[in-house]
Amino acid sequence: MNETVGKPIDRVDGKLKVTGGATYSAEFNIKNMVHGVAVTSEITKGRIQNINTGIAEKSPGVVGVMTYKNSMQLHSPQTSSPGAGKFAEKDLLPLQNDRVFYDGQIIAVVMAETLEQAEHAATLVKVNYQREEPVFDLEKNIEKAYEAASASTGAETQTKRGNATESLKTASQKIEQTYTTPVYHHNAMEPHATIALWQGETVLLYDATQSVAGTQGLMSSMLGVPKEKVRVVSYYLGGGFGSKGFSWPNTVLAAMAAKLVSRPVKLVLTRQQQFTTAGRRSQTIQKISLGADQSGKLSAIKHASTVESSFVDEFVETAGVATSMIYSSQNVEVSHKLVRLNKVTPCPMRAPGEAPGTYALEVAMDELAYQSKIDPLQLRLINYADQEEQKKKKFSSKYLKECYQKGAEMIGWSKRNPQPGSMKEGKYLVGYGMATATYPANRSASSAKATLFADGHAEILCATQDIGTGTYTIMTQTAADAFGLPIEKVTVKLGDSEFPKGANSGGSQVTASVGPAIRAASMGAVSKLVKLAIGDGKSPLHGQKEADITAQNGRLSLKTKPDQGEDYTQILVRQGLQKIEAQAATKVSTRQQTEANPAAGGSEEQIEEESKSNPVVQEDEKTDRKPYVFHSFGVQFVKVLVDPDLGMVHVDKAVAVMDVGTIMNLKTAKSQIMGGMIFGIGMALLEETNYDPNRGRPVTKDLANYLVPVHADMPDIEVEFINKPDMLISPIGARGVGEIGITGITAAINNAIYHATGKRVRELPVTPDKLL
Amino acid sequence: MEPFKLVRAQNNASAIAASNSKETKFIAGGTNIIDLMKLYVEKPKQLVDVTSLNLKQIETQPDGSVKIGALVKNSDLAYHPVIKQKYPFLSEALLSGASAQLRNMASVGGNLLQRTRCYYFYDTAFPCNKREPGSGCPAISGYNRIHAVLGTSDKCIATSPSDMCVPMAALGAMIQVEGPAGSRKIPFADFHRLPGDTPQIDTNLKQGELITAVILPSLPFAAKSHYLKVRDRASYEFALTSAAVALDISNGKINNSRIALGGVGTKPWRSFAAEKVLNGAAANTQTYRAAAEAAMAGAKPHKYNAFKVELAKRTIVRALETVGGMV
Repeated sequence: MNETVGKPIDRVDGKLKVTGGATYSAEFNIKNMVHGVAVTSEITKGRIQNINTGIAEKSPGVVGVMTYKNSMQLHSPQTSSPGAGKFAEKDLLPLQNDRVFYDGQIIAVVMAETLEQAEHAATLVKVNYQREEPVFDLEKNIEKAYEAASASTGAETQTKRGNATESLKTASQKIEQTYTTPVYHHNAMEPHATIALWQGETVLLYDATQSVAGTQGLMSSMLGVPKEKVRVVSYYLGGGFGSKGFSWPNTVLAAMAAKLVSRPVKLVLTRQQQFTTAGRRSQTIQKISLGADQSGKLSAIKHASTVESSFVDEFVETAGVATSMIYSSQNVEVSHKLVRLNKVTPCPMRAPGEAPGTYALEVAMDELAYQSKIDPLQLRLINYADQEEQKKKKFSSKYLKECYQKGAEMIGWSKRNPQPGSMKEGKYLVGYGMATATYPANRSASSAKATLFADGHAEILCATQDIGTGTYTIMTQTAADAFGLPIEKVTVKLGDSEFPKGANSGGSQVTASVGPAIRAASMGAVSKLVKLAIGDGKSPLHGQKEADITAQNGRLSLKTKPDQGEDYTQILVRQGLQKIEAQAATKVSTRQQTEANPAAGGSEEQIEEESKSNPVVQEDEKTDRKPYVFHSFGVQFVKVLVDPDLGMVHVDKAVAVMDVGTIMNLKTAKSQIMGGMIFGIGMALLEETNYDPNRGRPVTKDLANYLVPVHADMPDIEVEFINKPDMLISPIGARGVGEIGITGITAAINNAIYHATGKRVRELPVTPDKLL
Repeated sequence: MEPFKLVRAQNNASAIAASNSKETKFIAGGTNIIDLMKLYVEKPKQLVDVTSLNLKQIETQPDGSVKIGALVKNSDLAYHPVIKQKYPFLSEALLSGASAQLRNMASVGGNLLQRTRCYYFYDTAFPCNKREPGSGCPAISGYNRIHAVLGTSDKCIATSPSDMCVPMAALGAMIQVEGPAGSRKIPFADFHRLPGDTPQIDTNLKQGELITAVILPSLPFAAKSHYLKVRDRASYEFALTSAAVALDISNGKINNSRIALGGVGTKPWRSFAAEKVLNGAAANTQTYRAAAEAAMAGAKPHKYNAFKVELAKRTIVRALETVGGMV
């Protein structure tokens, strides 16, 4: 019974957010709290020879300066996946020794009574270095590339079927090109921020994290404190885009600093510091080779990517991850190589792999289409993959053809003149482009607790978090429908590691992971209520069968005789119960990660035990998923206007049609896809982190120089969904929408620029200088 | 930021009196100096708040010139009917700069003193001759996409960032200042300095001198003028290249012209060479292109900003075509 799911309901936390009532991690005012400010290195590689904190310590308001000399010793992290807790750089635990691995690495934290005092004192820390020769340029060090073994996202890094190299030799149509993407930074609106508060041996961390459960486990192992003595809270996040998926130094440093000065410490990274100490998307160099016969059928696809790693950890931007499954071809080869550099380790950023990878592949497909004189959309249909050919499995559900058709109609694809440079509006050249979008449909283990109170309201607890996407809202809808209550009667509480464990906010998995657990727990509570009624001689439902009873609008009644029933509150009050509660854990995972999610707060054993008798969980877990792979697909069409003399590109219209299973909330889902598309406009036309070529320190490291799209760059955006449930991934039928919006869009823009101008730019971003 | 003292001046004389050392700066809108102080690029020991001074009028003078008080907000200037009618390119330039919030804070006097947006100047972890004389210029061999191609020296290639200053340079505005030695008027072209060997000194203002007004000369043909700004994103970004042009055309012939460039020079760049090509020539694309070539003749590009030379020429041509096409 879906009463609210799917509807474009306003965010339940919308009013709090626009009135300042939503408390973000840095916004808690803790008594006696001091402000921490990080000091960062000003060399690219070497050792700290001498760090003089004396002047800083004497500066007004300063209560302590923490360096590797006086900081607590950390333990090695015991977990290494985002869900279980991943410290971003396993070989660079902060402030443990004198080594410097990159420019802008945190080397001290100054604590003072006020932020201004701490900021000022931070400039008074004097450091002498022993410099070593760094390497920081990917292209200049390409000969040092080594084969990537595995990716922490779980994606495969080397895949092969058939013999692409051989097949390419005889292909009648061939494209062989190299595509590059620069370093990107997430630039979430909310900075990385932590407040740490010790109470005896217990530490409370208000932390901007995409994984309260993972951070709890991680901090427990790093700080050497039992897990039950670490509590991580993240009620609201101002975006993360992957940068808060791994734990960066701010979190553990705040805890260390608070221990050192025996006072609560707030540590917020500056925007500039986030460019050097909080991850990034790797630069990519992607060589794509496509072979096709005269009809356009792909005989071979090769996708060889070289990306950056660091000297203190390894992360693979798996640019080729979608290439082995997106189109049908007998011969496919995907490979990834890494080059270690003296730069902060890359980390996941919105659609890690797929975002740069679909750019390269989908531009190459466009090149093949024009070379073969086949309509780009037609070329995709000719090579449509009915099943996942690498793993030889079926797609759980796939309506990409419907997406193509609908998107083409919306943009007016057939009305365009396909000849490059042929269309004009005033002085502008007009171009149309399209590309396929895809992202895996991830789901991982989650649990939740549902409570129905005697006053008729319900509460959900789950240690997942809302990174700004609308999780609070859609989980309220999910619980409301499962409880048979209006949404006003349901409160969802997230972002606290004390709650039953929930999925980390990564891989677009929260909806598909947490939703089923919340639904099962809610239905479990209702089931308990039904049993109470059946067993209660005073209930009008006494002696009835559970299967014959329905729960709607706060009332139990017979399905066949709606008049025979009573309100939830009546049952509970009569029974003298304040509340009735149920917990549920679902272990279903579509991910390839081997490391299990952590057990968060609450008694996991008890939850699992209770789940064994929850028919909703059992039904879900019984589903045979082995023959299937789970992916979302979609299409992006854009229309661009290009000033032929000045090289300025404006995306005039952008259309996306997405097949992402059930839409939980039309409004928040559209916002996610639109947000992804705007992210893609930035990636295609604007964003780029530039490093000083002589030193490897980023120079474009604020929002004045790292250009994200502004309102004036926005096109008219239309988003449509197929909205067909995928009942194989979960009983709620939804797949995630957080990341697929950025896939394909960058290629679609690039392809539209080619259509407008006849110029093919293979190096992102496409700035005016590249079109002169 | 470095601790500092704030004094509030009640009149011009007290402001000037308070500004008695190199370590004192005036503050009006604060849209640039506060950022620089937060980053330790500027470290004044004392700020003199001049926002209470009576310098907020826009007045048309008997000779047709327009006097703009130094504290007039950028947004108020941009939307003023006299400016929109007599100097539309100044209005366009102002509105192409920054964001609405910044324009509501930024003053005309402050905009004249706006410092470069060179990445290296902003980051104290790098040497910079403008920030620390003699320390070196990493931009010359570094990442220099936004840097200048005109007026550079081997000490500094930092670009003048202002949009407002470009049409003011084209107009040949006068800057009125008051100082310990009395008041004087500085021609716009003499106000900003080329970096030469002293890139740390942006202007020819003397210690204690307070900008009180900018005077725009009466220039009737500036009613047909245009400011064109080319940049990566559509708003909230400094110019890659820009051009402020005004043309006096009759019977297909250019009688008089004004042209100044932004985004390419180490100071707001009036191109007398381009004006010389334009004046007396036929108003057509061929002339405009010749003027653009003349304007950029002395350009010295670096590794990442070489594109600016051609882009600036195209910007000039487009701006001239736009004004040339005005009825």
